[in-house]
Amino acid sequence: MKVCIVGCGAVGSLFAANLALLDDVEVWAYDLSTPHVTAINEHGLRLTGAGEVHATRITATADATELPPCDFGLVATKAMHTEAAIAATMHAFRGGSVASVQNGVGNEETLAAHVAQVIRGTTFPAGKMLEPGLVQWDVKGETTLGPFEPRPAPGGEIERLAEACTRAGVPTAAVADARGAQWRKVIFNASTNPVGALTGLTHGRVCELPQLRRLVTGLVDEGKAVAAAQGIDLGADPEELIEHAARPEVAYGHKASMLQDVEARRQTEVDYLNGGIVRFGREHGVPTPLNAAVVALIKGLEHSWTQS
Amino acid sequence: MIERVCVVGGGVIGSLFAAHLSRVSEVWVLTRRPEHARALEDETLAVSGRSDFRGKVRATNDPDAVPPFDIGIVATKGTGLEAAATALEGRFPEATIVTVQNGLGAEAIVRRHGDWPIVSGVTFMSGTRHNDTHVEYILDAETWLGPYDGTPFDRVQELAEVIERGGLKARAFRDLRPAQWSKLIFNATVNAVAALTGLPHDGHFAAEERREDLGHLVRALMEEGKAVAAAAGIELHEDPWEMNVHATRRGSAHYPSMLEDVEARRATEIDLITGALLDESERLGVHLPLHTALYRLIKAKETSWQV
Repeated sequence: MKVCIVGCGAVGSLFAANLALLDDVEVWAYDLSTPHVTAINEHGLRLTGAGEVHATRITATADATELPPCDFGLVATKAMHTEAAIAATMHAFRGGSVASVQNGVGNEETLAAHVAQVIRGTTFPAGKMLEPGLVQWDVKGETTLGPFEPRPAPGGEIERLAEACTRAGVPTAAVADARGAQWRKVIFNASTNPVGALTGLTHGRVCELPQLRRLVTGLVDEGKAVAAAQGIDLGADPEELIEHAARPEVAYGHKASMLQDVEARRQTEVDYLNGGIVRFGREHGVPTPLNAAVVALIKGLEHSWTQS
Repeated sequence: MIERVCVVGGGVIGSLFAAHLSRVSEVWVLTRRPEHARALEDETLAVSGRSDFRGKVRATNDPDAVPPFDIGIVATKGTGLEAAATALEGRFPEATIVTVQNGLGAEAIVRRHGDWPIVSGVTFMSGTRHNDTHVEYILDAETWLGPYDGTPFDRVQELAEVIERGGLKARAFRDLRPAQWSKLIFNATVNAVAALTGLPHDGHFAAEERREDLGHLVRALMEEGKAVAAAAGIELHEDPWEMNVHATRRGSAHYPSMLEDVEARRATEIDLITGALLDESERLGVHLPLHTALYRLIKAKETSWQV
């Protein structure tokens, strides 16, 4: 099977490197970073941390026209780059299915405007780029795939992709309704990432300050209300994820991706996290004042370094 | 008669008061650092910007070395108020003490240290301290004064007049609380948002065209503050949102002190500003979810640089 990773940053690299260890999977990586693409092609892609992997059978390119027809696309770009990434690569997926393993809500809608078979995905593994061709693997965890209801990929295809990922060491479940997992994660991210970004604290430290932890719960409660209004069963309480992640052996010292973005003065994904909760809340008549405040503060922060 | 003034604290606001008042009375500056006092004793205190002159003040870091004075202006940051009031305790029985700290409750802190007549102050002027003997006067806005706890109003008027004669702007109010609350709501909002976003007080704070514009949050925070003022039975002197719009149109964007504190990784005045508003809201049973959220974020941000 041919799989193309669209956006080979930290998360994309975790999938690319692990999948490339399987003899029956041919992995392509599409990424706009020329140094990263060159490093992967010349020296392979290495993961270090939660697992040590050195994958040498990946073909990386920054030129989408080089991509062959693929069975699967795994889109792992930052959410604000989904549109440009799928518009450039859609020709490779005319006969295939495309899964989003991105943060936030609204990515599948963007993919479905370009490709016919879409997989709703949610992934917990996380890491960070250390240098071109080298990614630190910080967090292991489950990935969940399911059909994107308006333009679903066939169930058998979703299972085939999940089976390959699991075999490669990235445990992945194929489910009939992936909305619960997706909303559980978006609530988790939206309630913790911007709090880390605004305070400069790691996930574990955010959870240790009782007053701040109550703010996190306030954000979680708004997200839960929005999910409930859509009839989404979250399966488990996002609070459990937050507590689990705060453990020293899980993600205590992990700087949320949004904090990494803020420290590097990059645009954040707040529009797809808290902004997504606010948007779906508005559609379903659920007030989300704390999430809206977080969007305004993070956007303000982004303005502070674009204007100076 | 106001013949001798003692300014406690030689920051921006203290230096501006000291230099201007030195033109109309004898001025002593009670500093925290001995080298600051020595510099002021050895040199003149220069003011540039909106005023341009050099004033001559006396200075010391030893409260016992200050001769009796008529007016004591406590111009420390809120975080230094307790220490300043302690330095005055048991001294200067003839003095009237003026507080000009941000937030609420500075008068009560001073009162715990002595039974001087107290004048409440709110100042809108601002500037930049270039060094121990040079302050730049940037925003030539008014200082508002009012009686606290039965201080005669003519004492307040006399003080306002002497500040005006020195070249600053001042106004005496019979009841300062409406003005104090307007500024409190304005400050609690603008300082906290600036400290979290890194933005100076600029046009973003008044922008409301798009859904994610910052002005919506600013307005919502001010509405929360106004609900507390209403519950306290205070009719605001100025609408904080109008103050916000006006200030962002002034041209040069003001750098709120809490943003400066955060950038310098210093403790902020959040407890005295937003904390004061939250204390009042609790007392009055008004729920302030947004101010509570910002308060928690800033308190946590302070802990991020303590390790």
